[in-house]
Amino acid sequence: MNFRAIQAIYYFEMSRTARTIWQSIVSPVLSTSLYFVVFGAAIGSRITEIEGIAYGAFIVPGLIMLTLLTQSTMNASFGIYFPRFTGTIYEILSAPISGIEIACGYVGAAATKSIILGLIILATSWIFVPLHIAHPFWMLTYLVLTAVTFSLLGFIIGIWAEGFEQLQIIPLLIITPLTFLGGTFYSIGVLPPFWQKIALFNPVVYLISGFRWSFFEVADVGHGISIAMTLLFLVICLAAVWWIFRTGYKLKK
Amino acid sequence: MPNIISIKNLSKTYASGFRALKGINLDIKRGEIFALLGPNGAGKTTLIGITCGILQPTGGSVTVDGHDIINDFRAARSLIGLVPQELHTDAFESVWATVNFSRGLFNKPKNPAYVEKILRSLSLWDKKDSRIMTLSGGMKRRVLIAKALSHEPQVLFLDEPTAGVDVELRKDMWQVVRELRDAGVTIILTTHYIEEAQDMADRVGIINKGEIILVEEKAELMHKLGKKHLTLYLQQKLDVLPPALAAHALTLSPDGTELIFSYDTQAERTGVTRMLAAVGDAGIRFKDLQTQQSSLEDIFVGLVSDRS
Ligand SMILES: Nc1ncnc2c1ncn2[C@@H]1O[C@H](COP(=O)(O)OP(=O)(O)OP(=O)(O)O)[C@@H](O)[C@H]1O
Ligand SMILES: [Mg+2]
Repeated sequence: MNFRAIQAIYYFEMSRTARTIWQSIVSPVLSTSLYFVVFGAAIGSRITEIEGIAYGAFIVPGLIMLTLLTQSTMNASFGIYFPRFTGTIYEILSAPISGIEIACGYVGAAATKSIILGLIILATSWIFVPLHIAHPFWMLTYLVLTAVTFSLLGFIIGIWAEGFEQLQIIPLLIITPLTFLGGTFYSIGVLPPFWQKIALFNPVVYLISGFRWSFFEVADVGHGISIAMTLLFLVICLAAVWWIFRTGYKLKK
Repeated sequence: MPNIISIKNLSKTYASGFRALKGINLDIKRGEIFALLGPNGAGKTTLIGITCGILQPTGGSVTVDGHDIINDFRAARSLIGLVPQELHTDAFESVWATVNFSRGLFNKPKNPAYVEKILRSLSLWDKKDSRIMTLSGGMKRRVLIAKALSHEPQVLFLDEPTAGVDVELRKDMWQVVRELRDAGVTIILTTHYIEEAQDMADRVGIINKGEIILVEEKAELMHKLGKKHLTLYLQQKLDVLPPALAAHALTLSPDGTELIFSYDTQAERTGVTRMLAAVGDAGIRFKDLQTQQSSLEDIFVGLVSDRS
């Protein structure tokens, strides 16, 4: 293993984050806080409790997931797409590093950033609503697994994309809607039975449900199923990355 | 093993279907400076890209110090430094950060003293904290050289390193290259300034349309193909070449004011003395004379245009 190379890429990416702190940390935290104010305080006060939990608290895990998913994908996809766009990828390709090591560097940095963001949002939400985390271990497990999985997905998108538009299209057209429909703001139990069945095809439902369970011990689907689905998604992304590097897909002409 | 790079039957067809390399066979000797010359689009960058791991070969194989570039890519790539033709840089990074980044990528421990030495030798030391986007084109080119040298490569590929670099710095740059060669580094360079290849290279390879058409020791090449011309500027115009001079390799210029004698400088007897004596005997007087050696450029242009 070329650990120094992984480290070099990781620090490179983290210093990019530090350089763009307003865009990468401050703005997502701010926009999530706006959701708290609008949905938690303003509208939430008129909504009755969901499964015994105040609405303001109920949406916290969903909002953290929303940020985690979109930021992981956006950040990781940009991280690898940008050197492809500017041509500096030549150096990565000519260095003695394997594809897996390249992925470790980029995905590791993107995931770290998302985890930091998730924790900041969690801390911020404490200002707005009283929170109790029933299973801190599982909470962190979901946080890390989701950050890594969606950073991998972002990495794949960054390799696939042929322009800045394509880079944005998957987060905007797929991930954001799936997150909103996946129970960020409601329990899928409130949906009509038919739509509940449809919702189960949405992978984000499992992530949010499991994550919310680690806070409040209430879930749309069983915790075991949630964790299994999260791991399955991780494995699919890992396999895709492995395949990309094995075939040189889009990285090497 | 005298050859540090061995390229066998290498071919490359791009996704567009374009055959950029057509079965290249080429050996690079350890410690030499090899100049790869060829017109635009000949396949130089493609050949370098495959050897460095940036492009995928369609067929054939390349080994670097005995390591296959695909099966044993770590060992092969560790030995290689690449200065690409295009100025690909991380605009927002500082010079210092980007050079150290390269060193890390190649799995070398931090060594600030060494990096400082490189930056100084490339006159970049006072720019070490500048963001790359604030540098001029020639400075960026030198940053790329510094990056390539940062991990102490055994083989250095320079794909048009002097494009856009001013005369003064170009000299400095070649000085750096000579020092590297003296330290045992093998250097493969491409350039469109053929006089540079003529000055620097030990061997020259000419590539055209994806095929190597010639590989030769530079001295040998100059010897074989290098002709010298001696021009006599006549005092009086001649209408025809006097028959007495027909035995010599003389031609009369169209306007009749110059006699041109072509000879091989490396030959035992060049025939200059006999020719001059014969000219004197024929009663031809000249007011001046000049000799001219054909350059690598003439040779190159001759070879490439022959084939196309
Ligand atoms: N990605 C690509 N897809 C299709 N064709 C390509 C690609 N890259 C290069 N080529 C073609 O391959 C040929 C060789 O290109 P290459 O860059 O190796 O030439 P070169 O000898 O380095 O030329 P130059 O002196 O201009 O740098 C050219 O005809 C070029 O158009
Ligand atoms: Mg080129």
